[in-house]
Amino acid sequence: MAKPKIATASLAGCFGCHMSLLDIDDRILTLVDLVDFDKSPVDDIKKFTGRCAVGLIEGGCCNEENVHNLQYFRENCDILISVGECAIMGGIPAMRNTIPLKECLDEAYLNGPTVYNPSGNIPGDKELPLILDKVYPCHEVVKMDYHLPGCPPSADLLWEALVALLENKPMDLPYEVIKYD
Amino acid sequence: MAENLEKAIREICELNGNDHTRMMDIVREVQQRFGRVSSEAMDFIADAVNSHRVEVESVVSFYSFLSEKQKGKFVIRLCNDVIDKMHGVDNVAQAFREELGIDFGESTPDGKFTLEWTACIGMCDQAPAALVNDKMITRLSTDSAREIIKSLKANGDENRLTHLLGDGNNANLLVNSMVNNNIREEGPVIFAKLDAGKALHKALAMSAVEVIKDVKTARLRGRGGAGFPTGMKWEFTRAAEGDEKVVICNADEGEPGTFKDRVVLTERPDLMFEGMTIAGYAIGAQTGVVYLRAEYAYLRAFLESVLADRRNNNLLGNNILGKEGFNFDIRIQMGAGAYICGEETALISSCEGLRGDPKNRPPFPAQKGYLANPTSVNNVETFCCVAQILDKGAGWFAEMGSTGSTGTKLLSISGDCTRPGVYELPFGILVGDMLEKAGAENPYAVQVGGPSGQLIGKADFQRTICYDDVATGGSVMIFNEDRNPLEIAHEFMEFFCEESCGYCTPCRAGNELIKERLEVIMKGEGTPEDLDYLEQLGKTVAVSSRCGLGQTSPNPVLSSLKNFRGEYEKLVKENKDGMQRTFDIHKALATGEELQGRKSVIYAD
Ligand SMILES: Cc1cc2nc3c(=O)[nH]c(=O)nc-3n(C[C@H](O)[C@H](O)[C@H](O)COP(=O)(O)O)c2cc1C
Ligand code: SF4
Ligand code: SF4
Repeated sequence: MAKPKIATASLAGCFGCHMSLLDIDDRILTLVDLVDFDKSPVDDIKKFTGRCAVGLIEGGCCNEENVHNLQYFRENCDILISVGECAIMGGIPAMRNTIPLKECLDEAYLNGPTVYNPSGNIPGDKELPLILDKVYPCHEVVKMDYHLPGCPPSADLLWEALVALLENKPMDLPYEVIKYD
Repeated sequence: MAENLEKAIREICELNGNDHTRMMDIVREVQQRFGRVSSEAMDFIADAVNSHRVEVESVVSFYSFLSEKQKGKFVIRLCNDVIDKMHGVDNVAQAFREELGIDFGESTPDGKFTLEWTACIGMCDQAPAALVNDKMITRLSTDSAREIIKSLKANGDENRLTHLLGDGNNANLLVNSMVNNNIREEGPVIFAKLDAGKALHKALAMSAVEVIKDVKTARLRGRGGAGFPTGMKWEFTRAAEGDEKVVICNADEGEPGTFKDRVVLTERPDLMFEGMTIAGYAIGAQTGVVYLRAEYAYLRAFLESVLADRRNNNLLGNNILGKEGFNFDIRIQMGAGAYICGEETALISSCEGLRGDPKNRPPFPAQKGYLANPTSVNNVETFCCVAQILDKGAGWFAEMGSTGSTGTKLLSISGDCTRPGVYELPFGILVGDMLEKAGAENPYAVQVGGPSGQLIGKADFQRTICYDDVATGGSVMIFNEDRNPLEIAHEFMEFFCEESCGYCTPCRAGNELIKERLEVIMKGEGTPEDLDYLEQLGKTVAVSSRCGLGQTSPNPVLSSLKNFRGEYEKLVKENKDGMQRTFDIHKALATGEELQGRKSVIYAD
């Protein structure tokens, strides 16, 4: 039987959640025995090569490309998981949600003390994805099946969750794994 | 001006003994005189009562009848309860807006009028209703709304608004109100005649322990909602350590749809005070407090006069009815517009001059209540029952009603029925029979027990009204087939979001989340999973909230989900492709497109 495939994406996140995934250390060898990696920054595969069992999403949606990518994942993965605070609630990027978008962009591109911008324009090149009015957590854009909290979730939590999913067993959640202070 | 303000505040504080535990009375008085409690005023108050400014501010900012911002000479508070909405309050609101040229939450530039919404003011049987300062105006129409403004502009006096007075004591000079009692059925407990002092006389001939035993034998349970056995509460309070014990009568009546205490306060105050005095004797208390909701301020002068009569007749004061050493008096503590203050520990906070935050339990009020003294808080109606039990006997009382719920219950019935009003009915009556009495023609859904109770449907009309089946503190709201259970639940969720004191996250944030998800479903954008989500979140809020408000606030949603599931299922759709219909990419991109100066290529429509 072919190995199930998993895919990962980093949307509006800091890659910390991906780093945490790598923190499973030598268990990564076991993981490679269990699954194949499909579209993911880890292997730099850009397009899905086939249907995936699990998609891990880090970060929420701050621009149109994030939304597009997330929808692409939803179409191609059986199970989608919000990994980390940013995916679940928007996280640090969502701090801008209390400030009108115009004020944010003006500060970044026009009024900030270190800004040098003689054109006085806000960048609008079509290579740059358009920004959304606010940062959306993933589940507001597509249906998410599970949420793994943490900033980032610990390697143990990610490992436990993946193994439980792949082996179709209940998840072992000792207190240490979901304790945050 | 500043000097005048300072002088006036010093006087007000002086009159209240410069006592910071009387903060409610002080700030109410300042609000009344100056139309606000300004920042300066708060400093003066803090100084006079030797408190901190932040303490004063926390009180002023908590209660809806107090404000730092200047209010108009006439504050019009229009009730936006679900029942008032059914009776066309939106049109009345529009008439007020047009006549005054301002919206709700605003004041006219000349400083004469302020327009505000308020939660249930206890007039569902004569809705739509509003308060003009302390004056209660009922059965409003667009015409009468316009008349009111014209009259206030012409006469400058809210007392000239009421031409026809209501029935019974509503026409008493001290009440002088257009409110009607709407007593539809008088029963043998609350509405039976009892001469002032008769029951007290009998109680004083017994020992305190015997009085408590009588209340226990009658198996009296509290009428305020929770149904806690009254005798047991008194026993705990009596046994608790402390010399100064306190009896508090809960006349906050804030549960939307409840107005039975209003009628008791108007027609049977002697019975209530008699019950309180008996409680004082039984518990060993010297102090009694009636916590009267701000909305019922129009009854205050009348209640004070009844208290004065009782003092004159030695039914209050020292050595009551010649009983050596039994001293007991009652004062009235006004609230300032906060539903949460009906919760007994929040009520105690409020009486102590604090914001109406519930307290942690234990210690229970019976152990450490008002100013750390052992305190028994009971409902208005509970005290009335006590007086009749002492007069007519525990056996007489216990024979009425059902086994677990003895006696009668006052019900305030409103909504889609021809005979809204107050009914005294024996416990154990069938819901269906009650609906018939009220003249409910096409009852589809009935909210029993107010927003914190249950929304029940036809399948439950064969059940009985009592603590062990369909429980209620008195509120019964009837809805016919034209009404939508989801909208009803939504109204109540808005109420709870507004009234949550904000102390615990499950209640402060959870209720908002429930309301939001309900709105998604009502817009037709929900999925079947949203129903599970509501159920789970509702249970979480209920088990993890600190006080009764949060513990019951998910009930409208949980009970309508249970009893009217079809109405929800009609609106939700399976989400096959997993894309959230609530997310609108074009809307999310609109501002970015404008600011970045180009249209989306990925999402070109
Ligand atoms: C949010 C909330 C509001 C309440 N409002 C009232 C009220 O208006 N009147 C009342 O008698 N009890 C009210 N209660 C119940 C009181 O906390 C308390 O149980 C009751 O006054 C005790 O009196 P009883 O034993 O005679 O019923 C409320 C409870 C909660 C949680
Ligand atoms: S959750 Fe924390 S670690 Fe993960 S992307 Fe966000 S900020 Fe980085
Ligand atoms: S449950 Fe709600 S009202 Fe009660 S203490 Fe908590 S936040 Fe306040």
